[in-house]
Amino acid sequence: MKKHFLELIRRAATDLPEDVTRAIERGRDAEACGSTARSALDDVLRNCEVARASSRPLCQDTGTNIWYVYRPADVRERELTRDILAATREATRRSYLRPNAVDSITQVNSGDNTGIRAPVVHFHEWSRKTVHADLLLKGGGCENVAAQLSLPDGSIKAGRDVEGVRKAIIEMVFRAQGRGCGPGIIGVGVGGDRATSMVVAKEQLFRLLEDRNPDETLAKLEERLFAEMNTLGIGPMGFGGATTVLGVKIAKLHRLPASFFVSVAYMCWACRRASVTISCDRATFSQKAQLAAGYVVPGEGKRRPRA
Amino acid sequence: MITLNLPVSESAVRALKVGDEVSLHGVVVTARDAAHKLMIEKHPGFLRPLLEDGAIYHCGPVMACENKVWRAVAAGPTTSIREEPYEADVMEHYKVRVIIGKGGMGPKTLEACRKVGAVYVHAVGGAAVVQADWITAVEDVLMLDELGAPEAFWVCRVTGFKGVVTMDANGGSLHDVVLKDTKEKRDALLGL
Repeated sequence: MKKHFLELIRRAATDLPEDVTRAIERGRDAEACGSTARSALDDVLRNCEVARASSRPLCQDTGTNIWYVYRPADVRERELTRDILAATREATRRSYLRPNAVDSITQVNSGDNTGIRAPVVHFHEWSRKTVHADLLLKGGGCENVAAQLSLPDGSIKAGRDVEGVRKAIIEMVFRAQGRGCGPGIIGVGVGGDRATSMVVAKEQLFRLLEDRNPDETLAKLEERLFAEMNTLGIGPMGFGGATTVLGVKIAKLHRLPASFFVSVAYMCWACRRASVTISCDRATFSQKAQLAAGYVVPGEGKRRPRA
Repeated sequence: MITLNLPVSESAVRALKVGDEVSLHGVVVTARDAAHKLMIEKHPGFLRPLLEDGAIYHCGPVMACENKVWRAVAAGPTTSIREEPYEADVMEHYKVRVIIGKGGMGPKTLEACRKVGAVYVHAVGGAAVVQADWITAVEDVLMLDELGAPEAFWVCRVTGFKGVVTMDANGGSLHDVVLKDTKEKRDALLGL
C-alpha cells in the first residue's frame, strides 16, 4: 500500500481539487479589476498551476495530515498504519511534505512528520473488499483561527436556535479576519461534545464545494451564510473584497441538554484533499471523498473533467 | 510597482504608504516563532549584519538540498500576528526596515514601524511555489539543527519578490481599516 499512499500524499500536496479551483476562479471574477484582492487570487491560481506542473507542494505549510481509512475486516489497522507512516516519511524526504511534527514539550522537530498522534488517522471497517483512504492537508494558519462558541452567547445575542447558530458562525468568521488565508472554507459542527463537534466540523471540509446538503434546513442555512459572509468585506487575505468564504458546510450532532456547541473548522483556500481506492493493489485516485458520500452535486455529470 | 533594493534606507521606507505594491531585491532572512523568541531572549549578534536595514520574512519554507546546495521548493508567508509580542523589540534592536508576512500585525508593531522607520509587506498566503521561485539563491542557513527546518534562519537572495504594503511608517494600517469596516457589517448581520 505504501506506494499508493505516497502518491496520495503527493496529489494532496501538489494538486488543488477542481471544485476548489473553480470556486477561487468565481471569487477572482467577483473582485474589482485592478484590486489587490483580484491580484491575490490571480497569484493563487497561477501558483496552483505551477505547483501541479512541477509536482511541488502548493503551500509550504503542508499541515496536519488527516487520514480517514476504510478497510475490509481482513486488512489490519497495524499494517495500514505501518504503510501510512512509511509513506509519510518518504513524502517528507521527497519534499512533498515539510517536516511538521514538533514535540510540544521538548520543541524538537521529529524531522519526518511522524510523532505522537501524527499523522492523524481515523480507521473504519466496512463490508467492501477494497481499501479506501481520504486525506486532507490542513495548514496551521487556518487551524489557529478555528473556534468554538457555546450557546447562548449574550455578547452576540445568539440563543439556542438556528438563528443563534447562524450568528455564532458569522462571529467566528469575523474574528478570523484574514489570518486564516482566506477566502476560507467553513466547516461547521453544531452540537455534540466539544471534541466530536470539531471533528465533525473538519469532516465537512471533505465535501465538494458545489454539493447541496440533503438536510433542507442546513442547506438553506449554508446558502444564506455563504451569501451573508461574502458581504462582510474581509476579502482574500483580509485585503478587503467580495470573496470572504468559498463555501459553508454544516453538520449537526445530537447534544446534551446542558451543552450547545457551534464549532467552526476554518480551512484556508488551499483545501488540499485527495482520495484513493485500492483493489488488488490497483489504485484509483479521485477527488471524491468517502466522507462526502450522500452529498449530491446538482448537475454533476454534465461537467467536463479537466484535461 | 515600487522596487526596493535591500539593504534599504530609512528615507526610502518612510516614503512608502499603505496600498503600495513593492518588488523586493536582495537578501531577506526567514524567522518565525522559535526564531523570534530566540532573538528577544538572546539578541544574537550574528544576525546584525543580515538584518540591519534589511528584511525579515515570516516563513517556514520547504527546502531541498542537492549536492550540498539548498534550494527553495515552497516558501510562502506564515501568519504574522504570532510574532506581535516580539516584533517591535526585534525591529528596534536590529533596525529592521521590512517585515514580510501575512495577515498583518497589531498596534505594537505598527508603532515600531513609525519609530524605527519600517513597513509591513503582505505576501499572498499559500502562493508558496511562485514565491519560492523568487528566491534565486539560498545563501546560508543558521541554527538549522537547533530550531529545525521550518524554524531556522534561512538567508535568501530574492529577485522581484512581490508584496503589498499594508502597514506603513506613518501609522497607516490596511488591517485596521478592514477590521473597522467589517465590524460594521458584522454588527448589522447580527442585529447588534
